[in-house]
Amino acid sequence: MSADGRMASASHRKLVRVRALVAKEARQMVRDPSSIAIGVVLPLILILLFGYGLSLDVKNVPLAVVIENPTPEALDIATRFRLSPYFSPTAMHSMTPAMRALLEHRVDGIVRFASDFSRHLSLGDAKIQLIVHGGDANRARIIEGYVGGIVGVWAAQLSAQGRPLATAPVAVQTRLWFNEADDSRYFLVPGLVVLVMTLIGGLLTAMVMAREWERGTLESLLVTPVRSDEILLGKTIPYFGLALVGFLLCVLSARVLFDVPLRGSLAVLFGASMLYVLIALGIGLVISSWVKNQLVASQLTMLATFLPAFMLSGFLFDIRSMPVVVRLITYVLPARYYVALLQSVFLAGNVWSVVVPNTLALAAMAALLALTSRFVMTKRLA
Amino acid sequence: MSEIGATFARIIALTRKELLAVLKDPRSRMSLLVPPIVQALIFGYAASYDLNRVPYASLDQDHSTASRELLSRLDGSGIFERIADLSRQSDIARLIDARDALLVIQIEPEFERHLLARQSATVQLIADGRNSNTAGTALGYVSSIIDRFNADWSDVHLAPAMPVQIEARTWYNPNLETRWFMIPGMIGTLTLLQTMMLTAMSVAREREQGTFDQLLVTPFRPYEIMAGKALPSMVVGSIQAAGVLLVAQLWFRIPFQGSYLALYAGLLLFLLAAVGMGLLISSISATMQQSMLYTMLLIMPFSLLSGLTTPVSSMPRLVQYLAFINPLAYAIDITRRIYLEGVGLDLLVDDLWPLAVLATLSLAAASWVFSRRIQ
Repeated sequence: MSADGRMASASHRKLVRVRALVAKEARQMVRDPSSIAIGVVLPLILILLFGYGLSLDVKNVPLAVVIENPTPEALDIATRFRLSPYFSPTAMHSMTPAMRALLEHRVDGIVRFASDFSRHLSLGDAKIQLIVHGGDANRARIIEGYVGGIVGVWAAQLSAQGRPLATAPVAVQTRLWFNEADDSRYFLVPGLVVLVMTLIGGLLTAMVMAREWERGTLESLLVTPVRSDEILLGKTIPYFGLALVGFLLCVLSARVLFDVPLRGSLAVLFGASMLYVLIALGIGLVISSWVKNQLVASQLTMLATFLPAFMLSGFLFDIRSMPVVVRLITYVLPARYYVALLQSVFLAGNVWSVVVPNTLALAAMAALLALTSRFVMTKRLA
Repeated sequence: MSEIGATFARIIALTRKELLAVLKDPRSRMSLLVPPIVQALIFGYAASYDLNRVPYASLDQDHSTASRELLSRLDGSGIFERIADLSRQSDIARLIDARDALLVIQIEPEFERHLLARQSATVQLIADGRNSNTAGTALGYVSSIIDRFNADWSDVHLAPAMPVQIEARTWYNPNLETRWFMIPGMIGTLTLLQTMMLTAMSVAREREQGTFDQLLVTPFRPYEIMAGKALPSMVVGSIQAAGVLLVAQLWFRIPFQGSYLALYAGLLLFLLAAVGMGLLISSISATMQQSMLYTMLLIMPFSLLSGLTTPVSSMPRLVQYLAFINPLAYAIDITRRIYLEGVGLDLLVDDLWPLAVLATLSLAAASWVFSRRIQ
């Protein structure tokens, strides 16, 4: 009985100590509202701002339409540009002002109907000149596609009106699975949840621990009977709760405000997200225990979390097209796995071939970070 | 005259002290100088919407010469990588769901017969829309390959061509590389982050440690202290910008079209605005955690809504107004246009005056708050 009893009372005492630490931390959190602001207000503001602000959909492109000879055909196409939601064209009569507008970047492109356009059209070899500002290559490609679409529809209708028939030999039908409406917000919002969680998780713990180191209060905590792993637990649990509140707000606004479908199950979403929050908190803990300085800790946390999660996670840029070295770096980033998970769980459903490997990777990283933070902490004490 | 000289000397002394404080500690020095260069290198490769590896699967229900010819054009593009030849429609979901294939191309059974009969032959493309931008780019690539196939087919089989052709040309970036667009934009993005935070945190730290009060009892006037805090951050920012600029030119070999003088004039104005905002943050926050929070609240929207990765013109009107107070949005426009288009400062007036206004306003507000706190 005695051995069991001692074991039980030891783990009981441990529990009591952790609970006391959590209570102390929670009280501190309430007293200094800036942690609550980071955990709850920051995610809400960010998801609202980015959810509404970020969009890769190209609309209202300023375009110069140069008609050198106002024939009915040229005017007909020009009208189609005006009616299209993708363009807001300005009519011009010669290339000189159009070139100047492009140079000053007041327009993104020039569509030119040369003076002999209608004559060539009747011969069947008309050309429309399109000059696009290539600064933003992605946008330029989309603009070229849209112009091609407008002219293509016009040409097809022309054929239907009894002009010599000429349809393209091969017609393409496209289908975009999981995002039939082709709305970039559908894939941006799940990615934004990742960005926000990465940032607030890291910031919450990084600042708190570094501050305690800087003020020496952590050392005074260490002369009490609490052990270092208990301190880590005491710090992690309250901020874990706070970050989960932030996460709930993000998911809620994704569903309610941005109508992003949630096709997978809530259980998978929450399981993976709890793992990820642990990782983000762990990164903050490791960094702050390592540098012990609020200024450097905050800089490092920013560098280690926000920008990599933004650039390298597959949130915006396709990982498969990155060079090998960069692709290898992405494997180290927890955000990479979480982005893949969230995009699938939100848009495609519980695709186990995506969910299982990515969740396992996240679990392994969480375990590794827990061990590392304990190690860094004990080493720092010695 | 000597009064101005003394002020000048005091500012220089304070700047020197600040620079020493920041650069003396090796960890702090490394955290300021190395990251921008490493980030420029890594993100320079990563931040691109161009695709150079698109795994796809084919579902060829025709197995004719024409269908094989079309598929071989995809394979020969160097971008598309055929990972599977499917025989049943029900196999498509498995490949796309698991992200093994970005797209599946399905060729109808009577493809060649329709082509020869001058009827429209259909090709169906199914793409993974979980990242609809990537999918859209890949679909665009396939369409242009099919366009070329169409043109060649019409030539060989003497079919009537489309009555209108579009001759497209792209200025300033003839090969349509996103990298050219992204990397010059990063000069501002990568420097903003640390410059603003450095300024905001350095004053907050003095506050938290009580050394700020000591500074106030010295002969320094409040504006001299502010200048002494602003200048070191601007120096650090300029050095970081130079690092990114070097990476862009020497590593990525993106040709620089404009003048360095114009670029740095624009960047200094931008850094002044960023530092002014950092000072404003530090003047209203009591602890480092607070100033960190406020900095984040500004930096994240600034960098995500700056036009670096998504165009400002696609944003809703209300968010576009926010871009008016975003120094980074102006800086990115300035660096891109000087770097890629070689325009002079005279064409950039629309970017320069808002930066000047932002710098003046934030510095004035910061010094007002500071002097009120002191009294």
